[in-house]
Amino acid sequence: METAVFIVCAVIVLAGALGVVLSRNPVHAALSLVGTLFGMAVLFLNLEAHFLAAVQIIVYAGAIVVLFLFVIMLLGVDRLEDLSVEPITGQRALAALVGLGTFGLAVAFLVTGDIGVVGVGAQTADITDQYSNLRQIADVLFTDYVYAFEATAALLTISVVGAVVMSRRMGRDDEAQEASGDD
Amino acid sequence: MVTASWYLILAAGLFTIGATGLLVRRNPLIMFMCVELMLNAVNLTFITFGRELNDIGGQVSVFFVLVVAAAEVVVGLAIVVAINRRRPQATADDLSALRG
Repeated sequence: METAVFIVCAVIVLAGALGVVLSRNPVHAALSLVGTLFGMAVLFLNLEAHFLAAVQIIVYAGAIVVLFLFVIMLLGVDRLEDLSVEPITGQRALAALVGLGTFGLAVAFLVTGDIGVVGVGAQTADITDQYSNLRQIADVLFTDYVYAFEATAALLTISVVGAVVMSRRMGRDDEAQEASGDD
Repeated sequence: MVTASWYLILAAGLFTIGATGLLVRRNPLIMFMCVELMLNAVNLTFITFGRELNDIGGQVSVFFVLVVAAAEVVVGLAIVVAINRRRPQATADDLSALRG
């Protein structure tokens, strides 16, 4: 069963990723991204990360992709992009070479290394069936990682303020420039 | 039976597609989506290693990656909106200077 779920989700994930990279319309790319993120959420369930699967759907598929679509609609950049033109000669071949090299090295290490996954287990805390996944994450998050957790709160606040400031100030500069241009 | 290597190979493939797309595409929005693909590949790797090593720390790391990804998208899209006010339909090639 796990194998079947993995194969189906892997196909969905890779097809969605190719859709993001190859589609000419940004809206289609965003919808392909939703497919990838859903497949990834099911893979998280397969790996028994229940909380993160739910968060993946809510934050990524719910919030981030909607934000992407909102910006696409707001800017009106939903026209088709001409992918047949290569702006820099030879760039795509080099990019493909870099990509295949990265993938080849990672897979070669996994296949021929013949060591599987190694490391020291359970440095933070065990994954048990005794408590729910959410409780295990919360236990670690609010004890060992509590300063990092507080830092993410500050990060989110700063990013929201930064987004607002950036949009507002640019708008005022535009108006000032237009006003001075009229004079 | 699905071993951890399968998940890691899938994550490597997803990361490769995202990295190649980031290098090839010119639309800033698509480039952001490719960054999201790469972040998701890393998340899958984190969770796979967390399960193999029986450590909840992998999932906690993914939680932080999710938060940072959300903050990154907010700031990045604000920059895209701000640039588009000044120069409509700008691609990455048009933005060779830091000054607006």
